[in-house]
Amino acid sequence: MSVLARCRVKAPAYMIGALLAVVGTVAMAVEPDEILPDPAQEARARDISAGLRCLVCQNESIDESNASLARDLRILVRERITQGDTNEEVVAFVVDRYGEFVLLKPTTGGWNWMLWATGPVLFLMAIAMAAVYLRRRATAAPVTEEGLSEEERKRLEEILKG
Amino acid sequence: MITELGHFALILSFFVATIQMIVPMAGAFLRKPRWMAVAEPAATAQFALVGIAFAALTYAFVTSDFSLQLVYSNSHSAKPMLYKISGVWGNHEGSMLLWCLILALFGAMAAWFGGNLPPSLKARVLSVQAAVGVAFLAFTLFTSNPFLRMAVAPMDGTDLNPLLQDPGLAFHPPFLYLGYVGLSICFSFAVAALIEGRVDAAWARWVRPWTLAAWIFLTIGIALGSWWAYYELGWGGFWFWDPVENASFMPWLFAAALLHSAIVVEKREALKSWTVLLAILAFGFSLIGTFIVRSGVLTSVHAFANDPERGVFILGILVFFTGGALTLFAARANVMEAKGVFGVVSRESALVVNNILLAVSSLVVFVGTIWPLVAEMAFDRKLSVGAPFFDMAFTPFMVVLGLILPVGAMIGWKRGKLDRVVRALVPAFVLAVAVAGLIWAMQTERSLLGPVGVFLGTWLVAGALTDLWSRTGQKREISRLWRLPRAEWGKAVAHAGLGITMLGVAGLTAWDVEDIRVAQPGQPYDVGGFEIELVDVQRVQGPNWFATQGDIIVRKDGAEIARLYPEKRDYPVAKMPTTEAAIDYRIMRDIYLVIGDAQDGGGWVVRTYIKPLANWIWAGCIIMSLGGLLSLTDRRYRVAAGARKSSKLQGVPAE
Repeated sequence: MSVLARCRVKAPAYMIGALLAVVGTVAMAVEPDEILPDPAQEARARDISAGLRCLVCQNESIDESNASLARDLRILVRERITQGDTNEEVVAFVVDRYGEFVLLKPTTGGWNWMLWATGPVLFLMAIAMAAVYLRRRATAAPVTEEGLSEEERKRLEEILKG
Repeated sequence: MITELGHFALILSFFVATIQMIVPMAGAFLRKPRWMAVAEPAATAQFALVGIAFAALTYAFVTSDFSLQLVYSNSHSAKPMLYKISGVWGNHEGSMLLWCLILALFGAMAAWFGGNLPPSLKARVLSVQAAVGVAFLAFTLFTSNPFLRMAVAPMDGTDLNPLLQDPGLAFHPPFLYLGYVGLSICFSFAVAALIEGRVDAAWARWVRPWTLAAWIFLTIGIALGSWWAYYELGWGGFWFWDPVENASFMPWLFAAALLHSAIVVEKREALKSWTVLLAILAFGFSLIGTFIVRSGVLTSVHAFANDPERGVFILGILVFFTGGALTLFAARANVMEAKGVFGVVSRESALVVNNILLAVSSLVVFVGTIWPLVAEMAFDRKLSVGAPFFDMAFTPFMVVLGLILPVGAMIGWKRGKLDRVVRALVPAFVLAVAVAGLIWAMQTERSLLGPVGVFLGTWLVAGALTDLWSRTGQKREISRLWRLPRAEWGKAVAHAGLGITMLGVAGLTAWDVEDIRVAQPGQPYDVGGFEIELVDVQRVQGPNWFATQGDIIVRKDGAEIARLYPEKRDYPVAKMPTTEAAIDYRIMRDIYLVIGDAQDGGGWVVRTYIKPLANWIWAGCIIMSLGGLLSLTDRRYRVAAGARKSSKLQGVPAE
């Protein structure tokens, strides 16, 4: 339970209540002792960390999280980098151990293509439907005002007069 | 005693709402004016009764009556008064009561200000509103009763979560609920119109102020939440694509779409069925948001399965109202015949594109939010969908929206002349490109994010100014601007606000400078051109917390520009620490300091962030809300609201 309490808590009060636990001192996200001496490698580590989920948190990357598990993962990522792994290799290494749950950016594999296609497909469909609609509106014959009853016409005048 | 009175009032309000749901609707069908007339006093009575219940609960919190289970779990006698009051809605049960109160408030306001509505429409609107009220009052009474007593009253409470003991978050929920629940009245109007079988310009004119009001509240509520996250969570993030945030963002996007499509119905009698659908969806997504947040279904499917009572109840409400309304829509949509005829190049078309972009982007957020659930249930895959996905899938729609907005906002109704609009906008476009180019040349790394964001922001602000400038006519009479309808001003101001928010987002994301180190007292160091010196660290004590407080001087070119006191607080009762960042707010940048732990070898961890244009994000939101407010005070709503004073002073026509 105590690991949970170190995560960023961005939830309504009653949910936070469930996550509360005894905590002495909290560590904060990236600590000075974790930072790699080589700025280029450190930048890569930050970049990778931002895409990896802290497993015990709610929708939070290991880069932002204060949980001790996130710290372990951050150090792991930095170890792999100093050992010469490429970014892809580091991510693959972490995914091998913890599953695709750690990826904040889901893969496109399997049915996930549906997730990625949602935006573009919906957009194209909407544009096509709108095009048909707009064409019809542009060529439609204007509707005469016969739809207005005498009573309504009076009411309208009253409103328009202000 | 007062608690029992509140409890009783809440039960009574449930019965009043039931009457308000049934009698006026039956009256509208049977054409019995007396029955229909029940709606109005019932709406007022319902509001008064829920108001009494809410006041009773507030009284219990203010007087720290720990015999109430809810007060015991969410309050403490040493807590400052502001947070005793905000504790009322800082928990599930109390926030549901607030939800019911606002629902009743909107119903009552529709009754009070709906004097010029046709009686049958008014009866049906209030009846549908009461039906929503019945559902949520039942939910509150049967699954989340805030008035439960404890067998033995404890000496003191367990305190409100310290993160919530903050002025920004104290007012975040009420604004958000005013927005969520405000959309219920649009929903009621949509369903009533479907039952009546007619949607016309007058209907749109009645619906639009409610949408505007709800949208303004949602904007403020979301901005408050985001601002709170920025200063409270300790590293200056402002948006996390968290399911809880998405839950409020989806209705906001739909409300924005509804706001725009209702204009087309009002002015041109087109897009009717789409607008009705949007009104249903906007509130539908409010309900989905409530379901997502309340049921805990996204945190863990298993948590939901273990304690399904509340989740299933809300799911039932969601399915009944959204499903019912959509079924009604499917059955009646064909009676809504479009009247307006317009060319492909026209304001109408531009607003259609606006609606497509807002609705599709909102659905992208929706699918991304529930995808982990879908993947787990349907494909047995445990996966996450986080910020990187949303950044990639959502942002393009906003970029396109920003690109076409200034053009769409200026193009004429019916048949617009594109070349004329484009010519008018050339200076704005050139300015935006020039500013973006300058930024591109100035920044050290070659990232596109900054320049593109700055281009869009400048383009939107300059476009809004061009729009106003074009209203001065051929002779450039500035005085004409003051005679413009307020809705026109509202439009320009709100669009400029969006541009300013985009500038802020671009600045903060692209040029954020971060420094994390162990600082030794008395040894200054440089971060992004500023000299930071940790002077001292003290222990300080507050009403219900104690803290480690850093004393840090920020210098620029040797001169002190700020002295900041970041804190790390501990709340002993709630047993929870919080970081209180110290921020030097300036127009062009914030300096954001966080103090961390003492190190074994001496010194403290100090985090320094330089956040360019951070304030612009929320300033833009405030400006957007102001734009909405201006539009809300437009004369034609006051006219529509029944103030039929004759006035000869008809300024410049709207278009």
